[in-house]
Amino acid sequence: MTMEAYGPTTGRVETFSYLPPMTPERMRAQITYLLQQGWNPAVEHTEPEKAGSNFWYLWKLPFFGEKSVDRVLSELEACHRANPGHLVRLIAYDNFTQSQGTAFVVYGAR
Amino acid sequence: MSDKTYKAGVKDYAATYWTPDYEPLDTDLLAVFKVVAQEGVPREEAAAAVAAESSTGTWTTVWTDLLTDLDYYKGRCYRIENVPGDDTAFFAFIAYPIDLFEEGSVVNVLTSLVGNVFGFKAIRSLRLEDIRFPLAYVKTCGGPPQGIQVERDRLNKYGRPLLGCTIKPKLGLSAKNYGRAVYECLRGGLDFTKDDENIGSQPFMRWNHRFDFVMEAVQKAEAETGEKKGHYLNVTAATPEEMYKRAEYAKSLGAPIIMHDFFTAGFTANTGLANWCRENGMLLHIHRAMHAVVDRNPMHGIHFRVLTKCLRLSGGDHFHSGTVVGKLEGDRQATLGWIDLMRESFVPENRSRGIFFDQDWGSMPGVMPVASGGIHVWHMPALVAIFGDDSCLQFGGGTLGHPWGNAAGAHANRVALEACVEARNQGRAVEREGREILTEAARHSPELAVALDTWKEIKFEFDTVDKLDA
Repeated sequence: MTMEAYGPTTGRVETFSYLPPMTPERMRAQITYLLQQGWNPAVEHTEPEKAGSNFWYLWKLPFFGEKSVDRVLSELEACHRANPGHLVRLIAYDNFTQSQGTAFVVYGAR
Repeated sequence: MSDKTYKAGVKDYAATYWTPDYEPLDTDLLAVFKVVAQEGVPREEAAAAVAAESSTGTWTTVWTDLLTDLDYYKGRCYRIENVPGDDTAFFAFIAYPIDLFEEGSVVNVLTSLVGNVFGFKAIRSLRLEDIRFPLAYVKTCGGPPQGIQVERDRLNKYGRPLLGCTIKPKLGLSAKNYGRAVYECLRGGLDFTKDDENIGSQPFMRWNHRFDFVMEAVQKAEAETGEKKGHYLNVTAATPEEMYKRAEYAKSLGAPIIMHDFFTAGFTANTGLANWCRENGMLLHIHRAMHAVVDRNPMHGIHFRVLTKCLRLSGGDHFHSGTVVGKLEGDRQATLGWIDLMRESFVPENRSRGIFFDQDWGSMPGVMPVASGGIHVWHMPALVAIFGDDSCLQFGGGTLGHPWGNAAGAHANRVALEACVEARNQGRAVEREGREILTEAARHSPELAVALDTWKEIKFEFDTVDKLDA
């Protein structure tokens, strides 16, 4: 392959933001995984210009004990509908490590 | 207690220091040595000599022995085991009472355990294979300044390994050209870049000039990509005073992380710097130059798992662990053993991974293992499988050697990493299906396609020198 110019990289949002946008099928697989780990899903959203903050708006409380992939998907969609211009990300709280097992932006990247 | 009388002379070590009936206490520091005795020296006598010379004993009786309670203070060999597959060597298990050691000082522990005894004439060769630090001792040490959980929260990185690159050529770049290489890597998608360990403050690039240009590169890449980034600024220096001066300057520039070479600089410097990092909210990346001098020979020296435990106690947030698959030595099972010792809060005895003792770390934060050395994008599936999420994968040549440059190389590695993580989460066998996973990902990433083509034939398939005894 020939040499290519490599322009500015903008608007990346951490995990999975270098892959093509998630299809519904791929999204289901990731939600299934995080539920299997015993993590608690939560949804956050923010205006794109405030994405650098550690504290996005929390969409409801985390869904403690949630086991349904469909319920998580519907909350993501509901958050997106209510905040159409916002970035929306899915978080998986891991209360053993007191951290997040994973987190990735579902709506609004790039 | 005045029932003992003084008798000058030399008595067998075994009479005092070989105590096969002894039940180790929870507070004892335990050690296991692989011993090869000189011809004609019985195992019990050699093992007891190791216990004596690494604790209270010397070659002859002295009257001042009777001024203290040596039965309380002495180290004692409580078990001898065969080394599988080697009838010249044996394992000697030794228990040391906790009061033999100054609190919070791995320096003091090592001065006893790997001091004179390693040159002792009655021993042909000696290797410290493992140490069990009692929890009571662990609690006296500072440990990692921040730990894995704090690092993830500060850098906003979740659900994947971190991605880094050591800047090359490792010597000779000017500060501005070096900063350029950093900027290109970080804007392309890496989380970190790293000073090569050889980089200090040489005439071609003084340290403060490097720090200035590098931090401009870090901050520009952060602003453009929207992601948090860092560069391990090496503060290892000739004196502690100079080390702290560089650390303070890194902090003044807003650097999130600095770097130290713990073994060449020494544990005293490292522990001090870790304390400084804890007080100043700084992450600490630890390089391990010189380790292979003492840990690679299977018959003599100190096993790397011991250095790992000592480093976790002394303090560091990242620690080089080897890669298993790259250009540097590292048996797979043994590596899994010591990366557990870096990260977990309790590690059970597991001889199949070379771990001789349960090790309870209590509440001490974890260290993130760093896989670095001759790895490239084809290794990504194996690295994700071996190291899991709490690790930092560093591709030096494997980023900078991309035909389109650093940014494209970084981008390729980031795509490969995320594709492997996604596939793992989908339940796929990442290592076995690595080729398909990378090939699929490359359909959406010309940067990855070129990287895959560039390094398709490069392997490092040499036998491991330091194998587990099995």
